[in-house]
Amino acid sequence: MGYEKFNKLKSTSVPLPIENIDTDQIIPARFLKATERIGFGDNLFRDWRYNPDNSPKKEFVLNNDTYNGKILVGGKNFGSGSSREHAAWAIYDYGFRCVISSFFADIFRGNCLNIGVLPVQVSPEFLDKIFNSVFENPKTELIVNLKNQNVSIPSLCISESFNINKYKKENMLNGYDDIDYLMNIKDSIIEFAKNTPL
Amino acid sequence: MSNTLFDKVWDSHIVSKINNGPDVLFIDRHMVHEVTSPVAFLGLKNRNIKVLFPEKTFATADHNTPTINQHLPVKDPLSANQLKALEKNANLHDISYWGLGHEKNGIVHVVGPEYGITQPGATIVCGDSHTSTHGAFGAIAFGIGTSEVEMVLSTQCIMQPKPKKMRITVDGKLSKGVTSKDVALFIISKLSTSGATGYFVEYAGEVFTEMSIEGRMTVCNLSIEMGARGGMIAPDKKTFDYIKNREFTPKGKDWDKAMVYWSNLNTDENAVFDKELIFDGNSIQPMITYGTNPGMGISISKGIPKAENQDTGINTYKKSLDYMNYSEGESMIGKKIDFVFLGSCTNGRIEDFREFAKIVKGRKKASNVTAWLVPGSHKVEKAIKNEGILKILKQAGFKLREPGCSACLAMNDDKVPAGKYAVSTSNRNFEGRQGPGSRTLLASPLVAAAAAITGEITDPRNYIK
Ligand code: SF4
Repeated sequence: MGYEKFNKLKSTSVPLPIENIDTDQIIPARFLKATERIGFGDNLFRDWRYNPDNSPKKEFVLNNDTYNGKILVGGKNFGSGSSREHAAWAIYDYGFRCVISSFFADIFRGNCLNIGVLPVQVSPEFLDKIFNSVFENPKTELIVNLKNQNVSIPSLCISESFNINKYKKENMLNGYDDIDYLMNIKDSIIEFAKNTPL
Repeated sequence: MSNTLFDKVWDSHIVSKINNGPDVLFIDRHMVHEVTSPVAFLGLKNRNIKVLFPEKTFATADHNTPTINQHLPVKDPLSANQLKALEKNANLHDISYWGLGHEKNGIVHVVGPEYGITQPGATIVCGDSHTSTHGAFGAIAFGIGTSEVEMVLSTQCIMQPKPKKMRITVDGKLSKGVTSKDVALFIISKLSTSGATGYFVEYAGEVFTEMSIEGRMTVCNLSIEMGARGGMIAPDKKTFDYIKNREFTPKGKDWDKAMVYWSNLNTDENAVFDKELIFDGNSIQPMITYGTNPGMGISISKGIPKAENQDTGINTYKKSLDYMNYSEGESMIGKKIDFVFLGSCTNGRIEDFREFAKIVKGRKKASNVTAWLVPGSHKVEKAIKNEGILKILKQAGFKLREPGCSACLAMNDDKVPAGKYAVSTSNRNFEGRQGPGSRTLLASPLVAAAAAITGEITDPRNYIK
């Protein structure tokens, strides 16, 4: 499934300063029963966002109009737990295009890159600066520049660079996915398979 | 050149390398289940392509399946729909399919090893993070997302950068009442849930060489809970004895040929790891978790740690204890519990039921406890009956359910109600993992058994000779 190309994103953000946000919180298992990739955004952070009677929990940040934007900012070790790509789908489907944290779980990071959500890992100090400035002024804009690999807070005149491997970066800049690549080398894969021991 | 076990398997599966990018890695075995595959199959349909190597792909239904009355139609229409989709997709692509009611049905990571799909030196993936289980056989096995499931279905490859390598050595002897689950929970409590992120782990040392194959599966299964991509243990005689003559393992000359490859699967003496950790097995005690991630575990006789000693933020820690309705410093022993869950791909194998039975034999289930005993597969279920374990369980007031993931992630009806406490042999104690508002305490089958007969957290060592 294709995704929007990612180049430069200028947006306000939604802060979630909690550590170890796991995939069961991002999208609880009972919402994984679909056979198509639609509507996952409605259940993003379901149990933090809604009471058991489906009324919104006022104190949760997604129910607070003050904070919005295409960037989600989370605490350390974001996305730990399950391999469910549904977590990344829910984030994309809700409208986020980028998640910023000081540390990401492996599988989650890979899933994000595969579906067009950019995971941006910053230093703990820079993450704190983002949280502080957004809490001080929810209108604070962030600029995530994939091409130059940096993220900045223009109002504070500070920025930090981030890592991404060159191949994934090209993919995201162009909206390509890995299957396009693999399909192109299918013959050599079939050749390789002939000589595997198992 | 000296190589690690991980290097040997990974490097021999590289189809091509991309400069400054991922490796194209060939996958020997692909396990598929109903939850993470439908969108991947849909992708194949949209691209108008078929599964490239259907004989390397195996499908089983487990996450959504009910654990009672499996002979009846599945009640939940969404679950039924997902199960039907898997069956349809498997048929369409000529993939072997072990659906509900099939004699080989069970949890994907339990049936893979049971039928010899899991083999040393193989690369194995599945759209489920606990695929790391299969590393117990010296395979490179890890969980993947749905986009990658689609890649493997269509090209039998995925594209990932090679992870870093970590070795965790545990020497010494485990004392009475200490199981493989305790070893794993102990290591995770030391590393935290992110301590091994970016690494692939090899477990080494006396504790693992002495450990049964089932025990090794429990340890490798839990690798993901410290953030690792996977964990593996070098295959030895125990491994080869275990897999020999299983349905999908090579036979005759093919076996001999495979043995040539397999017997070289160990870490060379001078091989270098990016990180090495060493623990003393003698010091490990029965463990239990008190919080909302698997890293929040302690020796069962210890008190809940103080917030100021935590390196996760104090707020995150307090939020977690609030959720559990526990306080800093409290003792875990004696805390009331409501549910006991024995099962999952972590502890749903026959050895786990033997351990559980050891403690409940001749005793009675506590009246305040609801117990769900869920075998990992039909094969396990059969062994429970054949070995006389079912009789012991029944006499103690327990019932056996039918195989599936069950309360491990509560996608079916096996949900722990809000606010209730469950001692679970599964792998995750996240908020709401076992049902909205549920509170999970992860532990070994022995701790689960002791809790089941007393109705509270109990040191299992008081109940074994
Ligand atoms: S038992 Fe739990 S962890 Fe294992 S495959 Fe099923 S849901 Fe995943």
